[in-house]
Formats: sequence, structure tokens, C-alpha cells
Amino acid sequence: MFISRDPFNVIIGGVGGQGNVLASQILGEMLVSQGYVITIGETYGASQRGGAVMSHLRISTKDQFSPLIPEGQCDLLIALEPVEGLRILDHYGSPRVMTLVNTRPIHPMDVISGNAEYPEVSKVIAKIKELSRRVWTLNATEVALEMGDPIFSNIVMLGALCAIEVLPINQQGFELVIKDLLPSRTMDENMKAFNRGREVVQEFY
Amino acid sequence: MSSISQNAPGKTVLLMGNEAIARGALEAGVKVCAAYPGNPSSEIIGTLAKVADELGLHVEWSVNEKVALEVATAASFAGLRGLCAMKQNGLNVASDFLLNLNLSGCRGGLVLVVADDPAGVSSSNEEDSRIFAKLGDLPLLEPANFQEAKEMTKSAFEISEQLGLPVLIRSVTRVSHARGNVCLDELPQSRPKPRFENSLRFHALPAVLNHKLLHEKLDRAKQMFEESPFNFYRGPEKPELMVATSGSGWMYSLEAMINLNVQERVGVLKLGTTWPLPESYVLEHLKKADRILFIEEVDPFLENNVKEIYAQNCLFLGLKAFFGKASKHIPDVGELNPEIVTHAIQNLIQVPYEPRPADYALRAHEAAAELIPARALSFCPGCPHRATYWAVKIALALDGRDGFVLGDIGCYSLGMGPSGFGQMRTLHAMGSGTGLACGFGQLNRFGLEQPVIAVCGDSTFYHAAMPALANAYYNGADFLLLLLDNSATAMTGFQPHPGTGSTATGKEAPVIDLKAICEVFGAHVEVVDPFDVAATVETLLRLLQEEKGVKVLILKRECALVSAKHQKRLYQVEVEQEHCLGETCGCNRFCTRIFKCPGLMWDKAAGKARIDEAICTGCGVCTRICPASAIRKEKA
Repeated sequence: MFISRDPFNVIIGGVGGQGNVLASQILGEMLVSQGYVITIGETYGASQRGGAVMSHLRISTKDQFSPLIPEGQCDLLIALEPVEGLRILDHYGSPRVMTLVNTRPIHPMDVISGNAEYPEVSKVIAKIKELSRRVWTLNATEVALEMGDPIFSNIVMLGALCAIEVLPINQQGFELVIKDLLPSRTMDENMKAFNRGREVVQEFY
Repeated sequence: MSSISQNAPGKTVLLMGNEAIARGALEAGVKVCAAYPGNPSSEIIGTLAKVADELGLHVEWSVNEKVALEVATAASFAGLRGLCAMKQNGLNVASDFLLNLNLSGCRGGLVLVVADDPAGVSSSNEEDSRIFAKLGDLPLLEPANFQEAKEMTKSAFEISEQLGLPVLIRSVTRVSHARGNVCLDELPQSRPKPRFENSLRFHALPAVLNHKLLHEKLDRAKQMFEESPFNFYRGPEKPELMVATSGSGWMYSLEAMINLNVQERVGVLKLGTTWPLPESYVLEHLKKADRILFIEEVDPFLENNVKEIYAQNCLFLGLKAFFGKASKHIPDVGELNPEIVTHAIQNLIQVPYEPRPADYALRAHEAAAELIPARALSFCPGCPHRATYWAVKIALALDGRDGFVLGDIGCYSLGMGPSGFGQMRTLHAMGSGTGLACGFGQLNRFGLEQPVIAVCGDSTFYHAAMPALANAYYNGADFLLLLLDNSATAMTGFQPHPGTGSTATGKEAPVIDLKAICEVFGAHVEVVDPFDVAATVETLLRLLQEEKGVKVLILKRECALVSAKHQKRLYQVEVEQEHCLGETCGCNRFCTRIFKCPGLMWDKAAGKARIDEAICTGCGVCTRICPASAIRKEKA
């Protein structure tokens, strides 16, 4: 499999604390090992938990692109949280964008305090669909909670990413990278999370 | 495990800019590395600390940036190569030493990396540290991507040794905190032995003579930079417009050229050695174009210095038009991105650019405006600082004299926002909360009746607040200092410090006890656990009302993120739905509306509070604030 544009631009977005940086690093390592030139703008937003964060990945066969994707140039959006997905499409989306979204909301402080409303998730997904060429959904947080720890939701999302076959990645590549990157005692759980993500993701029509 | 320590020449790996800098130092044979953590610089020394034992280095987290630079300099004086890294604010702290070190010169290669933070992504300011190179007559390099970050660092050691001067490398967030492909070179195997040559002298004095010698060294640097591989031009021989850029501006400029498809019309002069500028090289390229656009972050440093060279040579260069920050084609605050650069070039050469269909952009904006709630920053769930500020808010209200909180630098700076109940009223430099309190603590003689509270984190205390506390006791100031001891430099990635009992390389270290230090400095000291809200409020109130002089309350509770790494959660927390009275309670949603920990949710359908099990870390603090006692905790 090859990338369909050069550069192919990926944004992983969500809320601080969701493992956005690690997910982008794992994905980046998987692609570098295949010979791609990768740039990752590690997080765009505050480093503290609770804020909106995103990572920008540029995948090219030839050039080192800048760590920031320009307006309207996202090819694939991996949204770890639904309204954060919509927030990113607002600036980076275009008719060509494809979106993979974790449907589990994380309420911002203003929603918790009652100063703002969190929209119906189904409405958010419908809007994301309106603004994307293709959309895939799964409740990655729920899958991770079933496994006993929400910390795995980013890995569940990477498994889903593998299943939708938009990027040239596979399970073996994932396994090799996390062997290097993560503690070996978490290997089995991470592989399980990855495979669960592959199983549960579905295209949204 | 780490690709940083692999001796694998020719291998391409994915490295963060800061890791590339660390790798460059290793390839140059660095032996001593020191820093105080500060984003976006922290991973430089953090990375080296991980491989220190394996590669035989000394790597330390020093108490502050000035000491860190002194530690690295000692290695240089003894003939070894030394590296020091800091964020832009850190250079202010280290500058007192640096602006004398330039006069004394140094011996072994000495490199000072300063990672600037345009837009203050994780900083209190966005100062441009390059001005220190000009101020101190020091050579300055600016890496434009990850590979260059490695190559420049390596080269900086050579330049430093050739000139006998420390060399500055200025990185920025989008180089330091971004990742990209880096091809590795060999790691040297030499083991040089340090020796202080007693025939040598490292004195700043005599100042004027050494200043003259420094200028001679800088002239030599200028000559060296004429041939530097870090400066190059890409584009047509006679461009309609020439972009002159440094650092992150290079990647943005390249991208803008591709966006606009103007590679045949616009050239890019990329400069990596930005102080002193290689004058002949710059003049040679200025001849190419009559219109020059400067792309750089944050201040017009390159812009002004190139203009200076132009002014000196304008008679033979003829008329030129310069665009950039002075002409308002480029914003003079905040960070740049490919869009800003694209629009600036588009403006100057009039080419069409539509990043996406206008109707799509409109639909996306409408959807966003309709559906997306704002997402404010907040303390982590289970953060002890939320509990601390909660107690402060209650205690100040009970005290009733309109007391106020002087802030400082750390995670707890978020105390200025809703997550800290807006309690923090000032925010400046490391240790400034305590310093300001020294002044406020004298104003009662003029009639100031409000109680004065300063906050300070544990790492910040060792860094900069100790002198202020000594000053407070000596001069008889009256205030309450809250030491928010979460046992880590949490903001920058949980680095250890003198109070934690371990070193940068994970070795056991003596603990310098906060309480003991404060007592030696004459303060009345008490310690509470901020998770015990009632005891904290009671102690705060008592210290505010009963005691005069310098009082210190240590709020001791480990950072929730650190705790999560080594211990399981304290409690399973639940909102008992039959006890939560919801909208009928009369508390007006106290837990979510006022306390608003992200681990809490308001279940609109049920009209009651709930715990978000994906977020809650089980600290149990919210169980003490529910008037109906509906939030229950059980030992997990």
C-alpha cells in the first residue's frame, strides 16, 4: 500500500491526557521504518490535561515538511473525542478528508459547570460525516474500559486505523514499534487493545 | 532501546528535535550536560540522562539555569565538552554568568542550547533569546529542521573550541517539540581526561581588554560563517522576491512555495549562522533580488541585522524594498505557520491561493459555531492543586479581609483560571510570588490590611524562592507562603529535584528537606495534606489570623500523574444516585458548577451528578464538598 497524496497529512486530535502524543509517535515510527519521511508537530495546544490538543503528521516519500499542516490540508483525521474532531475539521478539513472518530465524549470544564452544552453525539457524528469523504466510528474508550483501563483507548484507535486501510501500516509494524517504545509487561494488553480496535471499528454511512 | 545511544552510522530514525540536539552532542563527544527543566527544552537533558550511565557521561538537573551553565562551563575549563540547555526564560537567569563568560572565554567545546517558545505555548512569555547573542557578542546557530538540529549541535562544539567561546543554539517549539527523520553518524569512543591547566586564567577582567579580544573572536566567527553549510540559497538566479529566513521559518517558507507553486519566481535564502551574520555571503545574495521578505520567529532579529548590513553597503547595492515585521507583512508577535507565510508571499507577488472550497469552509465554520463548546485548560483530575486552591478560596472567604494570592511558575500557574477558582492574582518569573510577597509583606505599615499569600512549587522553591524567603525573614516581612509540594517538577515532565531523593540519572540522592530549610530561614512552618480539605482550611485560616511574620504552609501531596505511575488509585468514587438530590437539592449543582473537577459530570437526563469513570483518578476530594454527602468513596 502507498500514500495517496504526497505529503499525506494526518491529524490526531483529542483532549490532553488521551495519549495523543504517544499515538502519533507510534504511528510515525511505523511509517519511518517503511522508509517514509515523517514530520510530527507533536502537540498543538496546551500540555496540561483537559485542553484541546492535536498532533500533525506529515507523510512524504521525499521532503521533510513543516510540523504544522496548513488550513484545509488534512487528509486523514483521527479524532480521539467527537467535538474535538469537529473542531479540527473547522480549520483543517476539506472535501477530501477522511475521519476516524472515537464516539466517547469528554466533557469540557464549561460543560461540567453548566456554562455550555455538550451537543448530542449523534449530531456531532452526522456533521463530521457531512464534512468528510468517509467516516469510521468506534467507542474506543468503552473498549479500553472493558479491558480495565481507559489508558488503552489510543491504542484501540491505532488498531482501528490499521483496519480501515488508509495508511500503509500493519499489525507486525505496530508490534515491532511498541516493543521498542513501551514497557514489555504491557505488550499483551497493548496487542489486545490494538486487535480489539481492528475488530470493532465500522464505517459510518 | 533508545536510538539515541546506538552507534549505528547511516541509520535513519525518528527523533524529536530535542533528541536530535542530544544526539548531536553525543556525536561530538560531550561529557558533562546540565540543565534546569523548562519546556520546550526539557527533553534535551532528559534524553541524555537516560543514556548517561551507558555512555559514561555526567548529566544533572541543576537547581537553576545559572548553576547549570556554570556546571557545564567547568567541564569546558577542564578541557572536556559541556552542554547546557534551557528555555528562553532560563537564559535570563543564566545571563549574569554568560555575560562574563564571554569575556573570560572557555576551553573545551561549550554549547548552550536555548529553546524559545513563540506564542508562549508552555511559557509565561515569548521572548526571543537571540538578542543575547548580540548582547554578549556570542556566535549563534539556528537549526531549521531535525537533521540540522543534530548537525549544528555537533558543529557548535567545534566552533566553540576554535574560538574559545561558548556557542548559542537557538531552537523553537516547532523544532524542539516536533519529530522528524534523522540520519545518525558515529559515536566517538574517546575518553579524554579532565585537567585544569594552572597556566590558564578565566577572568572576565580586565573588562575592556577582554571586550576587545571578544570582538576579535567574533570577527573570526564571521569569517568562519562565510563558508558555513548551514547557509544556503534555493531558487532562481533573479527571483522576483527573495525570502530570507532562519529556524522554523525555513520549513514554513518551503511549504508556502509549494502551496503557491512559485518555486520558479521566489527564492529562499536560508541562514543558519545568524550572529554574527556572514556579511559577504549576505551581500552576495542581496544582489539577487530587489524585494526581500523576512520570515523568522519572534522578533525581527535577522530582519534588522540584514538591514544593518544593507545600510552599510546601500551605495553599491542600490534601492531595495524590505518586507517583514516592520512593514506589517508578518505579525510581530506570536508564532508563525505555513499559512501566514503563504499569505505573505501571495500578497507580495499576487498569485491565487484557495486552500479549500469557500463553501466547505463556511459549512465547517457554521457546524463548529453551532456545536463546539470551548475547552478551557484545567488541572488534571486528582491534582492536589485543585484541592489547594479550593481550600484557599474557602479560607480567604472565611477570613473576610479580602486577602489575595501572588502566583509563580509551574502547573499551579493555572490557579489564575477557572480550574484554580481564579485565585492567583500575579504571574511573572520563577520565585517572583515570594519576592513580591516580601514587598507586600511590608505594606501593613502604610495601612494594607489584606492578608498576603504567595504560592510556590517545590522545584521552583529550590530554583529561585529560597533567596526571597531569606530576605523575608531578614527584613521582617509578614505573609503566608504556600509551598505546593507535589514531589516533582510536574509541569515539564516530572523531573527530580533536590527534594525528591533521586538524581537525573535515577540514582539515590540526599533529600534537602523543605520544612527544615524554611525553619532555618526563620519561618513558622506547618505541613498539611491538601486532600484533607477541612484540615487545610482550618490551618490556613489560623495561620492567616493568628501569626505575624513569615509563615510557611507546606501542602504535601504527590502529583496525580506521578502517583498513577507507581500506585493504584486511592478510592473508587461514586455519586449515589438515590442520595444526590440533583436540581432539587438547593446546592445549585455545587460539585459540578463550582468545584468542576473533570472527573465529575452532570447527567442532564437524570438531573444528577455522575462520576466519569474514564477520567476520575479516585482522589476522593469531591466527597467532602457534597452537602448531601451523595458522593461516596470506598478504598479501591
